[in-house]
Amino acid sequence: MSSDISNSSHKPDGGPVQPKSPPTDKTKFWNDPKKRSLLFQVLLLSALGFVFYTIIDNTLTNLEQRGITTGFDFLTSEAGFGIAMSLIDYTEASSYGMTFLVGLLNTILIAVMGIFAATILGFILGVARLSDNWLISKFATFYIEIFRNIPLLLQIFFWYFAVLRTLPHPRQSIEFLGSFINNRGFIFPAPVAEDGFGLVVFGFIAAVLGSWIISRWSAKRQERTGQQFPVFLASIGLIVGVPLILFLLSGMPMGLEHPELKGFNFRGGITVIPELIALWLALSIYTAAFIAETVRAGILAVSHGQTEAASALGISKGKTLRLIVIPQAMRVVIPPLTSQYLNLTKNSSLATAIGYPDLVNVFAGTTLNQTGQAIEVIAMTMAVYLTLSLLTSFFMNWYNARIQLTER
Amino acid sequence: MKYELQPAMPPPSNLIGVVGWLRKNLFNGPFNSVATIVVGFFLISFMVPVIQWIFIDSDWVGDSRDACNSGGACWVFIISRLDQFLYGFYPEAELWRLQLAFILLIGSIVWLVMPQTPKKGLVAVWLLVIYPVVAFFLLYGNSFGLIQVETHLWGGLSLTLVLAVVGIVASLPLGIVLALGRQSEMPIVRSVCVIFIEIWRGVPLITVLFMASVMLPLFFPEGMSFDKLLRALIGITLFQSAYMAEVIRGGLQAIPKGQYEAADALGLGYWQKMILIIMPQALKLMIPGIVNTFIALFKDTSLVLIIGLFDLLAIGQAANQDPKWIGYSTESYLFVALMFWVFCFSMSRYSQQLERKLHTGHGNRA
Amino acid sequence: MKKTLISAATLMVAMTGTAMAGTLETVKERGAVQCGVTSGVPGFSVPDDKGNWKGLDVDLCRAVAAAVLGDASKVKFVPLNAKERFTALVSGEVDVLSRVTTWTQTRDTQLGINFAGVNYYDGQGFLVKNELGLKSVKELDGATVCVQSGTTTELNMADYFRAEGISYTPVVFDTNDQAAQAFDSGRCDSFTTDLSQAAGLRTRMQDPSAVGALPEVISKEPLGPVVRQGDDTWFNIVKWSHNAMLNAEELGITSANVDKMKAESTNPNVKRLVGLDGPKGKGMDLADDWAYQIVKQVGNYGEAYERNVGKGSPLGLDRGLNALWNQGGLQYAPPMR
Repeated sequence: MSSDISNSSHKPDGGPVQPKSPPTDKTKFWNDPKKRSLLFQVLLLSALGFVFYTIIDNTLTNLEQRGITTGFDFLTSEAGFGIAMSLIDYTEASSYGMTFLVGLLNTILIAVMGIFAATILGFILGVARLSDNWLISKFATFYIEIFRNIPLLLQIFFWYFAVLRTLPHPRQSIEFLGSFINNRGFIFPAPVAEDGFGLVVFGFIAAVLGSWIISRWSAKRQERTGQQFPVFLASIGLIVGVPLILFLLSGMPMGLEHPELKGFNFRGGITVIPELIALWLALSIYTAAFIAETVRAGILAVSHGQTEAASALGISKGKTLRLIVIPQAMRVVIPPLTSQYLNLTKNSSLATAIGYPDLVNVFAGTTLNQTGQAIEVIAMTMAVYLTLSLLTSFFMNWYNARIQLTER
Repeated sequence: MKYELQPAMPPPSNLIGVVGWLRKNLFNGPFNSVATIVVGFFLISFMVPVIQWIFIDSDWVGDSRDACNSGGACWVFIISRLDQFLYGFYPEAELWRLQLAFILLIGSIVWLVMPQTPKKGLVAVWLLVIYPVVAFFLLYGNSFGLIQVETHLWGGLSLTLVLAVVGIVASLPLGIVLALGRQSEMPIVRSVCVIFIEIWRGVPLITVLFMASVMLPLFFPEGMSFDKLLRALIGITLFQSAYMAEVIRGGLQAIPKGQYEAADALGLGYWQKMILIIMPQALKLMIPGIVNTFIALFKDTSLVLIIGLFDLLAIGQAANQDPKWIGYSTESYLFVALMFWVFCFSMSRYSQQLERKLHTGHGNRA
Repeated sequence: MKKTLISAATLMVAMTGTAMAGTLETVKERGAVQCGVTSGVPGFSVPDDKGNWKGLDVDLCRAVAAAVLGDASKVKFVPLNAKERFTALVSGEVDVLSRVTTWTQTRDTQLGINFAGVNYYDGQGFLVKNELGLKSVKELDGATVCVQSGTTTELNMADYFRAEGISYTPVVFDTNDQAAQAFDSGRCDSFTTDLSQAAGLRTRMQDPSAVGALPEVISKEPLGPVVRQGDDTWFNIVKWSHNAMLNAEELGITSANVDKMKAESTNPNVKRLVGLDGPKGKGMDLADDWAYQIVKQVGNYGEAYERNVGKGSPLGLDRGLNALWNQGGLQYAPPMR
C-alpha cells in the first residue's frame, strides 16, 4: 500500500487550490481533484482489500492443510497446567478462558503497583533535580541519566538474577515483624477479617463521604465569606480516625494469619513472589526516570512571574506551590505522564522473560503452546493492550479539552 | 570629605571559595543541610564499596575463574568472552567483514555529526541507501566471493546494531508515508493511516515479536519461509514505523501554516510542495525526535532474546550459564549495561545539543 | 532503503528454500539439510566451543544428510525454542525437527506434522537437592517446582500432582536452561524435566553431585524426529535413516568395521544394509549406498548413543529402555529387505 502512494504522481489534496478555468465538462477526470482523490482512495481500498484477502486466504489454506484447528472453542476446555500466582481462584481444572483472566488480572496488578511507585519516585526525583542543593540535584540527574539509558529488560534481569537470587533459602529467611524475606519471595501475615469488621468498613465509607461533603461546604463558604477551613487535615482525621475508633471500640475484629515454615515453604500469610518484586522494582525505577523528566519540564514550564506574583501577593511558599505552580504544571505534565503510564503497562509484558505470570506469559505463552492456536491467542492479547491504550487516549483527549486554557 | 568611590571590599570569606560554595550549594538552610548530610552519607556508604568492588578489588588478567580471587569484580570473565559479546558466534576468519561494516557505519555517523564536515547530504544518502546494501553483502556474504554467514551465527553487539540500524532506516520511508497519509484530506487514506499507527503504537513490542515469529509464516503461501532474523526485522520495522510517523507528523506540524499556503499560492503540486518546501525544513526539526526514537529502539532490541536471537543481552545471559563461570552474572550485566548506556547516553546528549541549536531557528512553533 | 529490504528479503527467503512439494528436491538443490535443534541440551544437541553441534539428535540429522547428500557434514542447524519449533517446521524453515520432541496424539494429528520414529525413550522425573533427604515424589507436598513452559512436562506434572492430591507451586521458564539454573540457585525445591535432559543439565550445575533424581518416572516421553505432514518420501527418508542406524547396531556394523563388512560379509542382511543387495535406495530416490554412508560417517545407533549420552559422555546414562529389543530394550527397527 505504501508503494501505491509514493509511486503515484497524483495530487491527493484537492483542498483550497481552485482550478484555473471554471470547471467545464471538458475537464479530464484526472485533472479534477475530487474525482482524482476518489479514484485514488478506491485504488488504495482495493489494494488493501487484496492484501488482506491474500493474507487471510493464505492463512486459512495453511491452517487447513496442516490440520490446525481454529476457533475459540479452546477457551472452554480444561487448561491442565498450574500458575504460580493468581488473584482469583484457579486450579489445573480451570479452563483456558480462566488462564486469560488470571493473566489479565496479574497484568493489571503489576501495572497499578508500578504506576503507584513510579509516580511517587518520579515526582520526588523531578523536584529533586530542580533543587538548589547541589548534591541532591546532581544525585537526581545521575539517577535519571543512568536508569533511562539502560534497557528495561536488562534491569529486570539484574534485579531478578543478580539481586533476588542471592537471597537466602526459606530456612535461613531474613525475619522482621513477623514477615520473611527469602529467595521464594516476601512473605507477610495476611489480615483476616473477623465478625464486626464490616462496621469498620462502613465507618471508612462514611468518613470518605463526610470529607467530600466537608470539602464542598468549605469551598462554598470560602466563596461566600473568604474564610478558609483546613479541609485536608479534617479529611485525614476523619478517614483515619473514624475507622480506627470503630476498630478499637468493636474489640479489634481482625486477626493475622502468620506464615509458618512447613515442609518446603511457608504456609499461610501472603507471598509476594520474587518475579513480581523484580518486575516491580525494575518497572518503577525505569519509568520513574522518565516521569522525573516530565515533572521537571512541567515545573519549568510555569513562568517565574507566577511565583513572583504569588509572593508579591503575600501567599506562602507552600500555598504557592500547591495553588499556583502545581495546577499549571499539571497541564503540561498530565499528557506525557499518561503516556508513561501506558508505556509502563505495555512494558509489563516483559514479565514473560522472568516468568511472572502476566497476560503474555500465561496466555500468549503457555496457553498458546498447549493449544497451538497462535492466531486467536495473539489477537486476544493484542486486543487487550489495544483497548487499554485506546481508553488512555480517550481519557487524554477528554482531559486536554477540559484543562485547555480558554484564552485567545 | 572625600567623594571618591571606595574600592570594593572583598566579599566575606564565608561567601567565596570552597566554604562559600559549600554554604551556597549544600548548606543553605536547615532543611538542605540535613538533606545534604543524609544523601551524602547514603552515597558514601553505598558508593565506596561499589567502587572498591568494581575497580580496586577486581581482577583483570587471567584466563579462568581461578584468576578471580581478590573478592572484587571478576572482569577476566568479560575479557575472556569479549569477542562473543561483540560479534556473537560470527566465524573468526570472517570477523574483518563485521569490523569493516562497523567502521564504515561509525565513520559515516561521525561525518554527519561533526559540525564542519562538507557534503552531509551525500553522506546521508550513502548511509541511508547504499550503506545498508553494502553492509548486508558484507555481513551475509554468499556473493562477491564472500562465504555465506548464516544469520543465526550473528550475535552480540553487532546484532544489536543490525537490528537497530535496519529498524530505523527501513521505518523512515514507511513513517514518512504514514505521516503524510495521516495528514491527507482523503478520509480513507487518513483513516487507514490512523488505524495502522494506533494499532502498532497500542501493543507491546513483545507481542509484535511473538506475532512475527509464530504467526507471520502462516500469512504467506506455503513453501515461502523467512529467516528468523528477517521476521524479527519485519516486526520491528512495522512497529517502529508507527512511532516514526508520529515524530514526522510533529515535524510537519511545526512548520508554520504560511509555508504550506505560500507553496500552494505558487501553484506547486502536492509532492513538489512536500519535497521542495516542507520536508527540508521539517526534517531538520525532526532529527532530535528521530534520534530519541532510535534510542528507544536501541534499548528495545534487547527484547529479541525472548524469541531466541542472541543480541548483546542474550549473549550476556548465555555467558552467565557457562558452568565454568557461574556466579559472575553481576559483572556481565554491568558490562552489557555499560555498552547500552554509552550508546544511548551519547545519542541523547547529541539530540539535546541539536535541540538547543535548532531552537533558535524556528521560534514560532505555536 | 526499501530496495535493501527487498533484496535482503529475496536472498533470505530464497535461502530457506521454496517448493514444499518435494523436500528431497529442495534439500538436494540446496546441498544441505536444515535441521531444527535445541538451543543447547547437553547430549542431544549442543554447540561446542567452536560452534560444532554435538548430540544424539544432531547425529540423526547428520545421518539424514549422509543418506541424502552422501556427506554428513552438510547440515545447517537452526536452534529453536519450544514455542517456535512446530511453526518453524510447518513453515519450511527446517526440513526435520530433531529436538527432544515428545510424540503425542495432539501433536501428531492436529499440528500438521508427523513423527518419524523414536530415537530416545524417555520419562519425566524430578531432580532435588540431596541434602533434603527425599525418597519419593510424594514427599514434595508444598514444594516449588521449576519447569519449562509449553512442554508436555508442565502438563504431566500438573496431572500427576492432581491425581496424587499434592499441592505445589510451578515456576515456569521459557527454556529448560533457565529452569535448571533457577533450581540450582534455590528458587525451586525441585526441577522436573525428561530424565535424559535432567542428566545433561545436571552436569552444568554448580555441584552436580549434590543433585539427584527421585525414583518415580511419571510419564512416557518418546522423543523423536519430526517432519511435515504430506511429504511421504521425506517422511520415509527420515524414518529409515533412523532404522538403518538401529539395524546396523543389531548386525554389529560400526563405522570402524563397515568397510570390512561391505567387502567381506556374506550375511544377506549386511549386504542389504550396505547397499549391495535388496531394496537399496529405490523408492526413496536415494543412492544405493545410503545406509552405508550413514554408518560410515555417523555410526550406528549404539555408537551415537554411547558418545553422546552413554558411558562415553559426561551424562553417563545406561542404555535402559533404549537398548535394542534383543537386549531388553525397546529400540526395534523393521527389517531392511
